[in-house]
Amino acid sequence: MIELIQQYGLAYLWTDGSGFSGVAMTLWLFIVSVILGFVLSIPLAIARVSEHFWLRWPVEVYTYLFRGTPLYIQLLICYTGLYSLQVVQDTALLNQFFRDALNCTLLAFVLNTCAYTVEIFAGAIRNIPHGEIEAARAYGLHGWRMNLFVVIPAALRRALPAYSNEMILMLHATSLAFTATIADILKVARDANAETFLTFQAFGIAALLYMLLSFALVGLFRLAERRWMRFLVPTRG
Amino acid sequence: MNELLNLQGFGPLLAQGAWMTIKLAFLALVLSLTLGLVAAGAKLSSHKLLRIPATLYTTLIRSVPDLVLILLIFYSLQLWLNDLTEMLGWNYFEIDPFTAGVITLGFIYGAYFTENFRGAMLSVPVGQLEAATAYGLSRWQRFRLVMFPQLMRFALPGLGNNWLVLLKSTALVSIIGLADLVKAAQNAGKTTNDPLYFLILAGLVYLLITTLSNRIFKRLERRYNVGIKGVAR
Repeated sequence: MIELIQQYGLAYLWTDGSGFSGVAMTLWLFIVSVILGFVLSIPLAIARVSEHFWLRWPVEVYTYLFRGTPLYIQLLICYTGLYSLQVVQDTALLNQFFRDALNCTLLAFVLNTCAYTVEIFAGAIRNIPHGEIEAARAYGLHGWRMNLFVVIPAALRRALPAYSNEMILMLHATSLAFTATIADILKVARDANAETFLTFQAFGIAALLYMLLSFALVGLFRLAERRWMRFLVPTRG
Repeated sequence: MNELLNLQGFGPLLAQGAWMTIKLAFLALVLSLTLGLVAAGAKLSSHKLLRIPATLYTTLIRSVPDLVLILLIFYSLQLWLNDLTEMLGWNYFEIDPFTAGVITLGFIYGAYFTENFRGAMLSVPVGQLEAATAYGLSRWQRFRLVMFPQLMRFALPGLGNNWLVLLKSTALVSIIGLADLVKAAQNAGKTTNDPLYFLILAGLVYLLITTLSNRIFKRLERRYNVGIKGVAR
């Protein structure tokens, strides 16, 4: 066990000699996919609850497809499927993009987490009390101004608990990256297992690291909820 | 038409894979539901000896990615079994990947179902249980006739979600070498040099199952909500 940590400790946490690995890589995958997914999901969530059929419908199909199939298949499609297309290989830009395993992985993760996040935010928008929208109208806000100043802040705050759940699921989902040869925590654990045959210890360390990251994330979201959802806590006296 | 069903000669292989996925998901569901009900009961028990292990189980399992647990349990299960058989002087036997897959997935999702059932059990009014006791029902009758039908109403939405997550995570068992739908699609894709086609096909099969499941759960929800006012029909 001690030897395992001595030999692979650095790889589990920071670098395997040829680049980032372990916790650093897992966090990088997590942060990039979550931030891009968040940015994309806000306009899509607004489109999802739109009254116009042609705005609402494509988003509905997108979330249906990505929430109804396993992330592993989406990753495989991005990683091996798309590159087999002649068009992708012939277009210089696409070729360059899809040849890098990290790009493919991030693409799959972003599309996946974005689909779930859109539904969470869309649900929160639908649940905004009607009075808040009426108040915004009464103050003369319309269109994108109302969305930006009233709808989005109100929805994001209310979506926090569900969104924090999705964040934790996304953190856990990043462990799939090793199937695309990305050196995340699980890949280091697999390499350590193959080398030393200390199966339980090698994967146990990985499990422990993921557990610590999950607990840290839960703690952060608890702080965030205390700050941004305070107005929903019933007051006494 | 025949050509279309044949799928470049990989139709039977894919069908076998799909059947494997469904079998695996269903058996794991049965196992995890049982485990979930038992552990939820333990978590709500007044005995520390029941409550603490159940709490530990749900907290630890739910904070680690399912894929990590699958690899951890799958590879360790065999090693532990080897140690055990050696200790007892039995013959060496290999646990087959299917059984290991069912046990692993069932064990992991049991933790998620536990939380699901625990919340639902807490939502059943205490008065109902007291009334059942007052009518002289035994513990088992009280659970079967009073607790369970009411618990299902609160548990169903969460159960539906968890089932979909469980179903989608069966795709991960191809990583530990099980010949499921994803594995079949990957093999067919490699042989024909057309991975995209077969992967999309596999995705569509999953989509079909999730869509059907949603229908079934809607119907179940309607059934368990009979007599409740204010629920959308």
